[in-house]
Amino acid sequence: MSSPLLEAIDIRRQYNVRTAGGVFGRKAVLQAVAGVSFRIDMGRTLGLVGESGCGKSTTGKLALGLIPPSSGEIRFVGSTLPAIGSAAWRDMRRRMQMVYQDPLGSLDRRLQVGPQIAEPLIIHDIGTPAERRERAYATMASVGLQKHHFERYPHELSGGQRQRVVLARALITEPKLIVCDEPISALDVSIQAQVVNLLLDLQDRLGLTYLFISHDLKVVRQVSHDVAVMYLGRIVETGQAEALFRAPAHPYTRALVSAIPSLGEKRERLILSGDPPNPVDVPAGCAFHPRCPFAIARCRSEAPALRRQPDGRAVACHRADDDAIALAA
Amino acid sequence: MLAFALSRLARAAITILFVVTFAFIVLRLSGDPALLIMSVDAPPEAIEAFRKAWGLDRPIWEQYLAYAWHALTGDFGKSMRDGRPAIDLVLERLPATLAITLPALALKLGIGIPAGIYAALHRNSLADRLTMMVSVAGFTMPSFVLALVLVLIFGVTLGWLPASGADSVWHAVLPIVTLGTAGAAIMARFTRSAMLEVLGQPYIRAASAKGLAWWLVVAKHALPNAAIPTVTIIGFMVGSLVAGAVIVESVFAWPGIGRLLVSAVANRDLAVVQALLMVIAAWMVLANLCVDLAYGWLDPRVRSGAR
Amino acid sequence: MAAPLVSIRGLSVDFDDGRRAARAVDGVDADIAAGEAVGLVGESGSGKSVTWLAALGLLPNRARVSGEVRIGGMNLIGAERRVLEGVRGKRIAMIFQDPSSCLNPVHRIGRQVTEALRLHRGMDGRAAEAEALRLFDQVGIADAKRRLSDYPHQLSGGLNQRVMIAIALAGQPELLIADEPTTALDATIQAQILLLLSRIRRETGMAMVLISHDLGVVAENVDRVCVMYAGRIVEQAPGEALFDTPHHPYTQGLLAALPTLTGPRRRLAAIPGSVPEPWNLPVGCRFAPRCPAAEERCRHEAPPRRVIAPAHQAACHFDVAGQSVWPAQEAAE
Ligand SMILES: Nc1ncnc2c1ncn2[C@@H]1O[C@H](COP(=O)(O)OP(=O)(O)OP(=O)(O)O)[C@@H](O)[C@H]1O
Ligand SMILES: Nc1ncnc2c1ncn2[C@@H]1O[C@H](COP(=O)(O)OP(=O)(O)OP(=O)(O)O)[C@@H](O)[C@H]1O
Ligand code: SF4
Ligand SMILES: [Mg+2]
Ligand SMILES: [Mg+2]
Repeated sequence: MSSPLLEAIDIRRQYNVRTAGGVFGRKAVLQAVAGVSFRIDMGRTLGLVGESGCGKSTTGKLALGLIPPSSGEIRFVGSTLPAIGSAAWRDMRRRMQMVYQDPLGSLDRRLQVGPQIAEPLIIHDIGTPAERRERAYATMASVGLQKHHFERYPHELSGGQRQRVVLARALITEPKLIVCDEPISALDVSIQAQVVNLLLDLQDRLGLTYLFISHDLKVVRQVSHDVAVMYLGRIVETGQAEALFRAPAHPYTRALVSAIPSLGEKRERLILSGDPPNPVDVPAGCAFHPRCPFAIARCRSEAPALRRQPDGRAVACHRADDDAIALAA
Repeated sequence: MLAFALSRLARAAITILFVVTFAFIVLRLSGDPALLIMSVDAPPEAIEAFRKAWGLDRPIWEQYLAYAWHALTGDFGKSMRDGRPAIDLVLERLPATLAITLPALALKLGIGIPAGIYAALHRNSLADRLTMMVSVAGFTMPSFVLALVLVLIFGVTLGWLPASGADSVWHAVLPIVTLGTAGAAIMARFTRSAMLEVLGQPYIRAASAKGLAWWLVVAKHALPNAAIPTVTIIGFMVGSLVAGAVIVESVFAWPGIGRLLVSAVANRDLAVVQALLMVIAAWMVLANLCVDLAYGWLDPRVRSGAR
Repeated sequence: MAAPLVSIRGLSVDFDDGRRAARAVDGVDADIAAGEAVGLVGESGSGKSVTWLAALGLLPNRARVSGEVRIGGMNLIGAERRVLEGVRGKRIAMIFQDPSSCLNPVHRIGRQVTEALRLHRGMDGRAAEAEALRLFDQVGIADAKRRLSDYPHQLSGGLNQRVMIAIALAGQPELLIADEPTTALDATIQAQILLLLSRIRRETGMAMVLISHDLGVVAENVDRVCVMYAGRIVEQAPGEALFDTPHHPYTQGLLAALPTLTGPRRRLAAIPGSVPEPWNLPVGCRFAPRCPAAEERCRHEAPPRRVIAPAHQAACHFDVAGQSVWPAQEAAE
């Protein structure tokens, strides 16, 4: 068994918020991430999916140590992440990078892209200016950009090229882990495939490890070895990508998978009623029970634990091994 | 809505208390009041007596409470010049100031808002550009320059209107126009940009897509939303109504609060200055309170504290 | 075939901001039959929204629109404001991408629905409220009575979109233009709304144009699909024909670039390059710079619309006969 590169052990992150009502609004605690555990092995990809606001980005930032967890532990190559801001932390940051959704938003419009790609080298004080330039050229080549792009400004590039620039900037410090937070959501359909292919090629060539956050299940399936499905701050199902999408076990995963419009075959639909609840007011018991078509009395009072199934998957549902549920599929 | 109103009321009260406290602190920082008010070479016994009379020998927090209590009940002591209660002097002058500032406010809103709306609805048209040019000219010109220009034209050259004093209704015309012009210009500019912002919102397009006639879209959907930011600037104008008259009252020798302030400062009539500042501050706080309440009334999102 | 409900001929839209002129829509022809569901797909900026905004006269003044959009013999392009106002909401209703920002934030949603009812059906007071409740029921808003007095910010995106649909239904339109009605919503909510739209279409017999950039969304919800690229319709066909035997290289490329949820994982075929800017469109075929089958002719001459089968047309110089012009991709694992 290979060693985990990144391991999250029961991480939680909460925010103090105020509910509606101005000065009279009551203080509340929002559990953005409520006890999440996962591991990613070297050279693998973990896809993280779920609806808006379920805590995907927060999990990504926790994993990189960009924000401290309220409790729990993140281990990178076997050791706990150092405190934010310390020298060890800065050194660590070099080996873990983040790629955000909006390439134009994460680039400086007034600067040429070349210097922006080389910037992390300056921050981490690596090499001479000439060496940095060489490294920048080499990294640009590895993401399919040409030398003449060095002097361009972000707005002179296409969406796909911009995302390549962002990737090059993340890659230049030769990180082991990249957290991709919705890296293709802002791109045109015809460009998405370019970036997906590039991410896969880079993983092949450089042995990169990804935490890949997206709400697009098809893309997640395309790039991930394993997948974790989040609902209201918790992982409700996790397992090998292929198996999970072929036969989702948790009712929420089933609804999510069946909600994906597909070309060609018509599938049976599991349409949920209602909206996801307010994250400051998470329902008791299984957080999903108000929308769950299979909920039983127990679901309303007792939160299901994430339990490993015979096929290696883990599911947090009281009825995970219930035949009645399987039949309803 | 009630909770919202109460919270804003509490805020206004706190602000007033803050102003009172601030005035107290500034006053104590500016030196020993006994020495400031009595002449420097007054005999020590006299100063001591003064201190006793005014309670200046008591502990500072006691003085503060007494001061705050008096200030909140409107008691600022007597004017040093004619011995009457300072607050009476101030309140006596208030009507004169309001007599020019309220019509001026009406002018600002009555001309500024329609001009701004019209300009926004006819964006980039000749009328729009003209309005904006006039408005830039209107608010870049200092009010005393405008006052002098108006006096020169209508008072001296044409001789149509009296140039100063307060003997007839006609005397009020030039001060009102002077005050109103700059405000109308600011109002027009502000209304225009608020309106343009709203007209670009998706719900305006959606309302048109419903099939509503354009004037209904403007009247029912654009105006109520554009009113929200516009209220801020109206509140600001109402709040500075009293204080803003100082210069114009001086130029036109109008017997309002502004003139009183100028003469009280010149005479070092501390009680009157204090009373004036309190009245002006209270007015501003009141205006702000009204803006807050208007916000709540106009914007349901503010009312429920969302966003 | 009966006369179409709406027919668009040679519709073009130019935006000129003084610095550069951009052609957002370029000679679009399309027919919508009564009761039909048509999908309009294309990437961001391809002119999907502008096409229908132009048809309803909802573009800003600086847009120059030419061509014809006919409904019942009446041409909407260049029509008087009164005529357009009579069509909007009454004969053609439109709903938009971001439901929460398409509702007026300062009015209660009940009022926004009854406003449309008064306008189109002359209903007032009690009658309007009763009808609003019925519409809310129809679009699946639970607890409708209480919801009437809510403000948009108190509702989730999915509920707001239901309200938008209720407003659109208030005028009992013959055609509903749904402009990316689910793009801003979560996957499970998206599925709810699409199901709702198809149910309503069954119930009312209303025609629908479903605008989307998601081929999957379109595939499942319409009878016929138009694919737009850089302001032109490059291919239109019945859904099955389009997905089984796409004829335009762009359509073929789009399909090959999509990952799937089932079947073997294969490397995606990426279309090289990117969408041209509307102020810098290539002459000839707009897709030529990215097309693997492009030849000299494509770079000079705009391709004619080629009829492949009844109701299946593709604008390409070559008849690729359903064979993909993109190199085959081997399975990845
Ligand atoms: N700084 C913060 N202060 C308060 N609440 C926050 C903060 N950051 C995130 N949240 C809340 O935490 C929850 C999870 O947010 P997060 O951004 O992780 O969600 P997400 O899954 O990435 O959603 P999306 O798909 O919309 O990006 C949300 O309810 C969000 O409102
Ligand atoms: N008001 C406008 N002024 C100038 N250009 C505009 C305006 N509205 C749209 N455009 C341009 O017209 C082109 C077509 O836009 P349109 O909104 O129709 O695209 P779309 O296919 O609906 O894309 P999306 O999927 O992003 O909604 C774009 O290049 C856009 O920039
Ligand atoms: S635990 Fe109960 S409510 Fe939760 S998903 Fe399973 S069946 Fe549904
Ligand atoms: Mg996020
Ligand atoms: Mg659009």
